Amino acid sequence: MNNNVNQNTDCSACGKCADAEEKQMQPETSHRAKLSNLDANGNPLYTFLIYSENTPGLLSQITAVYTRRQVNIESLNVCASSTPGVHKFTVTSYCTEEMAKMLTKQIEKRIEVLKANYYTDDEIFILETSLIKISTKRMLQERNVGRIVRLHDAHIVEVNPTYATVEKTGITADILSLYDNLNQLGVVLQFVRSGRIAITKSRVEHLDEYLAERERERQNEK
Amino acid sequence: MAERISGAEALMRSLVNEGVETLFGYPGGAIMPVYDALYDYRDRLNHILVRHEQGAVHAAQGFARVSGKVGCAIVTSGPGATNTVTGIADAMIDSTPMVVICGQVGTSLLGTDAFQEVDVVGVTSPISKWSYQIRRAEDVAWAVSRAFYIAKSGRPGPVVLDFAKNAQTAMVDYEPAKVDFIRSYQPVPALNQEVIKQAAKMINESVKPFVLVGQGVELGDAREELREFLEKAQMPAGCTLLGLSALPSDHPLNKGMLGMHGNLGPNVMTNQCDLLIAVGMRFDDRVTGNLKTYAKQAKIIHFDIDPSEINKNVKVDLAVLGDCKQTLAAVTELLDETTHKSWIDGFKPYEEKEYNKVIDKAIHPKSGPLLMGEVVRKVSEASNHEAILVTDVGQNQMFGCRYFKYTKGRSVVTSGGCGTMGFGLPAAIGATFGAPDRTVCLFCGDGGLQMTIQELGTIMEQGAPVKIILLNNNYLGNVRQWQAMFFNHRYSFTPMVNPDYDMIAKAYGIPARTVVERKDLDAAIKDMLATDGPYLLQCAVLEEDDVLPMTPPGADVDCMMLEV
Repeated sequence: MNNNVNQNTDCSACGKCADAEEKQMQPETSHRAKLSNLDANGNPLYTFLIYSENTPGLLSQITAVYTRRQVNIESLNVCASSTPGVHKFTVTSYCTEEMAKMLTKQIEKRIEVLKANYYTDDEIFILETSLIKISTKRMLQERNVGRIVRLHDAHIVEVNPTYATVEKTGITADILSLYDNLNQLGVVLQFVRSGRIAITKSRVEHLDEYLAERERERQNEK
Repeated sequence: MAERISGAEALMRSLVNEGVETLFGYPGGAIMPVYDALYDYRDRLNHILVRHEQGAVHAAQGFARVSGKVGCAIVTSGPGATNTVTGIADAMIDSTPMVVICGQVGTSLLGTDAFQEVDVVGVTSPISKWSYQIRRAEDVAWAVSRAFYIAKSGRPGPVVLDFAKNAQTAMVDYEPAKVDFIRSYQPVPALNQEVIKQAAKMINESVKPFVLVGQGVELGDAREELREFLEKAQMPAGCTLLGLSALPSDHPLNKGMLGMHGNLGPNVMTNQCDLLIAVGMRFDDRVTGNLKTYAKQAKIIHFDIDPSEINKNVKVDLAVLGDCKQTLAAVTELLDETTHKSWIDGFKPYEEKEYNKVIDKAIHPKSGPLLMGEVVRKVSEASNHEAILVTDVGQNQMFGCRYFKYTKGRSVVTSGGCGTMGFGLPAAIGATFGAPDRTVCLFCGDGGLQMTIQELGTIMEQGAPVKIILLNNNYLGNVRQWQAMFFNHRYSFTPMVNPDYDMIAKAYGIPARTVVERKDLDAAIKDMLATDGPYLLQCAVLEEDDVLPMTPPGADVDCMMLEV
């Protein structure tokens, strides 16, 4: 598992591509720029972890906070959290820290949002998953495909006479590295990458504390 | 044993439970079951039929602003709901507590582009504090109670309830609900004693403190606490547009209005103080001007109930979060009694300069056409400075707010953050219901009046005692002023061809008078204030008058122009 790999490394230093031949296989693609931790304006990528009540319409309220302030959402994942009835949004965006602070405050202001925080990559464990559909015919012609899949610790989850499906779970850089290498061979038919999911490295569970605190306040008010 | 009633009647019961007595509204297809239920509640709920849904929301805003209660508007789905959008946005930026109830098509038709179906929650979510669709009669009591709790608690704001028609007609075992706690919503941040001590220390160490008074003081009902806070440490203060009546105009520490068309002293001294203390205000760009040069010499303390306002526009050294009624009192206890005499005296030269160059000319003209400033001041004087000022938006608003004087709280009703033309007339109607014992004076221009002029019908029907002072300059005056100053006098579509307002008033049965000559003004104002009920006083004012002083947009706060 590599979900605790230091995210500050870019692809060329990921270790798995140390082989010179592999390096040659890495074309300069548009994804490459995204592998560094800064965008074109020098802003870092922040991961926003947002907890909310499970009420309809919250997703558009939260995304509106970003769009209104001209911040682009790079990835988004929404699902139930470990606390019953509480949903967790994982959003990534390039912005200044000042903007990240403002965004979290504006998001928390929405009535049904419980907690919103922002993190840099070194403060969280991150995972993404991806599926790559490749042409079986081209795969059989390219002797390197199997090797690349193995080197990237990926799995071929389905093979039929028309196509094969490669699954890779890991950090963004590793997934894009695999994709770039396969794409360079011209075997890729489809590629899809999930939004990021993340958990904090903190030893304190802020949401649990917040909910406990609110429960105490509710009792006091009664 | 719960009683079995319709969702529509459950709404009536819930409104009565929330203490609602006055509603502003307009019926239509998707809200008809509610209006049918309302027919039986006319003895408990006073429904004011407006002439356009925009009028309903602005009236609810005017009602809320003068009474401190939650304003309430009821409209139908589709266009009825979208006509309220401007008022909802206005109430959001000006923190006005309001609940807007819209009809909606039945849930089986949602998403089918049914007749008069609009995604109201989608449209209003970004401009309201909370927006919720009631889909079942069982949810009515809970949703209404929650709506009122959210609207009035913490930093107030507008809430929208989108009420599906089948939920209005379905029967429910009604049980009253009381929401006063929402796990994910903390309306008032807890008071932090360490911060209170730190604030007091900073104030006690300050030689040149200056206080910015915002509407938060009115919303928090903290006028007394503010006065004690200012007086104990003898700190001069300036008021924002919406905070004008939070401190009596003639209080010795009130140095006037902040902002683009505010007074010279408070704006200049913002960049000379050593400690800037903002209370319940949000550093709007119309107050700060150029942020790069704004109060850079000073330390800044920000009292606010809304954490998202801290460091939003202006970086502050200390944030005092909480209800200013409590935080101001807590800090006041720790303040040293001081005088700051020479610092306060420093305002005088600016006051004199502004008086001689601007104010005197505006309120005491010797010749020429009537001026807006003199009309405003004379009305204020004739009402013993005790009336409620309602304005529309534009020059009438700036002259109104500058030259009216305030002795009581909750005396200013104006569209601040949104700058909504057409706000004035319906808001003034709402104000007469929110403060039935007070005189309500509306200053509006010929442009803004015509934007919601249909509400004269509401005034006629209700006999709402709005004193309408129409400052008619045959221009969209504020835009014309900017065209003169920044667009080389190219008056692109700002001259107004006007109807005969006396005849319009007459058609609605509203007494009216037009004043052209200065010698007739006093008698006309006297006549207006002595008239029981509504009155339209049209003043033919100087066509090309300018609101001064002025900080040009984006200029430094201390760089005010006293003349064009």
